[in-house]
Amino acid sequence: MLNLRTALRAVRPVTLTRSYATSVASFTGQKNSNGKYTVSLIEGDGIGTEISKAVKDIYHAAKVPIDWEVVDVTPTLVNGKTTIPDSAIESINRNKVALKGPLATPIGKGHVSMNLTLRRTFNLFANVRPCKSVVGYKTPYENVDTLLIRENTEGEYSGIEHTVVPGVVQSIKLITREASERVIRYAYEYALSRGMKKVLVVHKASIMKVSDGLFLEVARELAKEYPSIDLSVELIDNTCLRMVQDPALYRDVVMVMPNLYGDILSDLASGLIGGLGLTPSGNMGDEVSIFEAVHGSAPDIAGKGLANPTALLLSSVMMLRHMGLNDNATNIEQAVFGTIASGPENRTKDLKGTATTSHFAEQIIKRLK
Amino acid sequence: MLRTAYLAKAASALPKRTLATNARTMFQPKEYGSKYTVTLIPGDGIGNEITDAVKTIFKTISVPIDWEVVNVTGVGENHLDGYEEAIRSINRNKVAIKGILHTPVEKHGHTSFNVALRRELDIFASLVLIKNIPGVQTRLDGIDMALIRENTEGEYSGLEHSPVPGVVESIKVITKRKSERIARFAFDFALKNNRHKVTAIHKANIMKLADGLFRNTCKEVSAEYPEIQYGDMIVDNASMQAVSWPQQFDVLVTPNLYGTILSNIGAGLVGGPGLVPGVNLGTEHAVFEPGCRHVGLDIKGRGTANPTAMILSSAMLLRHLNLDDFADVISKATYDVLAEGQVRTPDLGGNSTTDEFTMAVINKLQ
Repeated sequence: MLNLRTALRAVRPVTLTRSYATSVASFTGQKNSNGKYTVSLIEGDGIGTEISKAVKDIYHAAKVPIDWEVVDVTPTLVNGKTTIPDSAIESINRNKVALKGPLATPIGKGHVSMNLTLRRTFNLFANVRPCKSVVGYKTPYENVDTLLIRENTEGEYSGIEHTVVPGVVQSIKLITREASERVIRYAYEYALSRGMKKVLVVHKASIMKVSDGLFLEVARELAKEYPSIDLSVELIDNTCLRMVQDPALYRDVVMVMPNLYGDILSDLASGLIGGLGLTPSGNMGDEVSIFEAVHGSAPDIAGKGLANPTALLLSSVMMLRHMGLNDNATNIEQAVFGTIASGPENRTKDLKGTATTSHFAEQIIKRLK
Repeated sequence: MLRTAYLAKAASALPKRTLATNARTMFQPKEYGSKYTVTLIPGDGIGNEITDAVKTIFKTISVPIDWEVVNVTGVGENHLDGYEEAIRSINRNKVAIKGILHTPVEKHGHTSFNVALRRELDIFASLVLIKNIPGVQTRLDGIDMALIRENTEGEYSGLEHSPVPGVVESIKVITKRKSERIARFAFDFALKNNRHKVTAIHKANIMKLADGLFRNTCKEVSAEYPEIQYGDMIVDNASMQAVSWPQQFDVLVTPNLYGTILSNIGAGLVGGPGLVPGVNLGTEHAVFEPGCRHVGLDIKGRGTANPTAMILSSAMLLRHLNLDDFADVISKATYDVLAEGQVRTPDLGGNSTTDEFTMAVINKLQ
């Protein structure tokens, strides 16, 4: 199938490039009879319960038309493969959308990371990571407003590794036209739908000429279908350097890149605005999308009421926009930022404040319109 | 199985430091008529301008070095001649100073000469010094880290193929031998330079075998250096930490690609690639070049490049040749010019030319 398809494409590259619908990763969920959507909620480990509670309380107060369906994803090993329970898979497949708190990967049992498992189970091919300076929480960097899309299924994370002879290991980075096209097309569509004019591909094709070269080639081919979007490319060396020197250079640009570079640059961008506690993320697939807080489960402060639910809240805001619930999204987003900006008494400890999780949530509820 | 058992046994029978000695018994270049001959490869982009600065400064204070200039370029066609001559020259002189060579992105373009050179000469360790420079305003202060990067394998193996159209495999190679060699280099460097902590950078949670081997090897080597603290960090976290709390880092040791990434982040933190010196070291050869390896084709020939990285790299070269007095004079003069802030190239917000900066350094040399 793949062979035939790629062979055909090689012959007629222009007509066949639109193998994925232009509606890449759009929301297909339906309202229930009560006028609400059902959303699967993976509360997560450690501080997951507390920050999920904050989200639920705030959503209730904001009258968001969502019913939560709490699912348990505690993994089991089936034939040596990390597997999540069928009930969780069914719930997410049915609802098309899920919100997820932090999960700890079980140690020492040969488990693959839960995040990787979820991405593979639901074929979540694009990881979307916006980072925006938070008013009221000052960092040495100002005017950060970046948007990064990371290929989520292959690249350096293919998991194909072997020991050739003792002491010599090969790890294979896999780049395919299919996965590259899918994520790059998503980037173009993302730019179009938000009125952004630029797509930037970050790569290292000077060294990895064939693999990163293919990624670039696909981006250039797709550029023909999006004449209103300006495509540029940049070596990851330069992106790292320039983003640290002047993050404002990357405003109004949709960045798209292979897996590892995306992993590194998205965390770098988080570092610019104050860490993973403030940054949302979405994992997009054609069937299902999962929005998640990318920070850890912080077992050291779990149960103490100190956790900061901001990342999960902002992820849920991304989810609302994905579902077309833009008014609810704006309402909650403004209340969150308003609360953070209002002073240290309303911020959690990680943001140099004194508030508990529940106080923070109450303050947000007070600011809802 | 038998073989592993055998290897394990053989390894335990041998003295532990099988690869250790190379970093400590660095081959010393010869002095002829009380002068050293050093290969000089100006390179592409701003290379000519910044190596001219070094030449002028060395000449002014009569540094006992004769240059053997070899022109190599990665731009355009017909570049192999210079490359082979460069290899011969460095093999002869053991020490070189070089600007950066351009590497085309095109699939059919040649592979990186920078990488080829490092592999051919087996200059396996890249050392980049990332430090705040007094007088250069940056967002974060108190940064002083030494980035040590494996230069000859990893993601830069050059092994790529396409089994079927539309599918490409790129092979990253990590070996125990080279991981051990770079780890030992890092710990030796830390010892010699009064540094306290070595942090290995990896992505072993995902690349469990490859980065796992690197990480485990660093940990093993660390056991031989009880006086140096050891830790490790995942590369995405390290990148985030680098932009928010870089003061925590002392010596970092990384496989090839993560080194590129962190050296660029580091350069961004302390004021740009024009300020960061570096060297690539092997058992026999040392090639000094700007630490974060930007070719600067875009500002080539304007005479506005900042030669600081190249000048500080040349001071490292002088120390390598035990010409410490010259090294001290040159680096002090350079730091003084930067601290005063009167003469600055455009990358630091000034409008001075490369030549004006060089003259300012020369004026401070006495």
